[in-house]
Amino acid sequence: MTLIDLANPTRFLALTARVLPWLAAATIALLAIGLYQSAVAPDDYQQGATVKIMFIHVPNAWLSMFVWGVMSIASLGTLVWRHPLADVAAKSAAPIGAAFTFLALLTGSLWGRPMWGTYWEWDARLTSVLILFLMYLGLMALWRAVDDPSRAARAAAVLTLVGAINLPIIKFSVDWWNTLHQPASVMRMGGSALDRSFLIPLLVMAIAFTLLFVTLHLAAMRNEILRRRVRSLQMIQASRIAFSSEMGAGSREGNASKEAGAA
Amino acid sequence: MMMSLGPYASFIVTSYAAAAVVVAILIGWVVLDHRSQTRRLRELDRSGITRRSGRSATDTPKAITRTIT
Repeated sequence: MTLIDLANPTRFLALTARVLPWLAAATIALLAIGLYQSAVAPDDYQQGATVKIMFIHVPNAWLSMFVWGVMSIASLGTLVWRHPLADVAAKSAAPIGAAFTFLALLTGSLWGRPMWGTYWEWDARLTSVLILFLMYLGLMALWRAVDDPSRAARAAAVLTLVGAINLPIIKFSVDWWNTLHQPASVMRMGGSALDRSFLIPLLVMAIAFTLLFVTLHLAAMRNEILRRRVRSLQMIQASRIAFSSEMGAGSREGNASKEAGAA
Repeated sequence: MMMSLGPYASFIVTSYAAAAVVVAILIGWVVLDHRSQTRRLRELDRSGITRRSGRSATDTPKAITRTIT
């Protein structure tokens, strides 16, 4: 099966049916390993056991941006190549991205209270991630507000691409502004600043959450294809009912004029 | 071996619990949505509404796999 074959929703459904069980199993296995490694990871010499929040917070923060990146590529697919599955991919990813962003904000807040002495600070990193969360909610509202999926897809694609400007702002906010949030400590010039005892569980959890996203995204795309199939069949059903009622009204009128002529 | 989480245990436990709840909600949403769409397709199929391709509305991925392989 080539990539172009996936443009066919029916073939995409067949593929997801085959790969979803394997993806789900791999996600569960990696999450179990990651959670075990997080549990046995040593305490940080400054933060103590609160460093364990990092193993949940950082993967969700990465994914909050990664999912918007996936949606931006899908939006290009909608606007430029008109790929039949592009807007399905973008629409299905939004609620999952919103959930990851919510978790990044919540766990960051729970980590911030004992470390910074506050749940929230209006600094550049926290504010830009909050804006990302609101943009996810806005996109979901837009998709719900427009009945025709193709019209909604074009408007949502434009909004998604405009919103992608926020991704570098989030990434570099800790470098461009003086923020309470720490600068990058994993992906940075000169290598990771984290000790291996923290870095390995963090990477395992990051891969596990990424697999979780891929699994949920494929399953949500499958559901969206089925929803559109239901919608098109309901429209066929509605047009048949309208046609048969028109035919019924027409034959009644014909009978009435014949009766009038006979009289 | 009992894990010691120190004085901020409630923050750590709440973080992991919140992540578990949100992930469970996402999984529940995907599973229930799939059941709902499949049930609606079956109902349409029973009422005689078929796709333009002539395939049954309830074509399962397994059946589709058979047709393309």
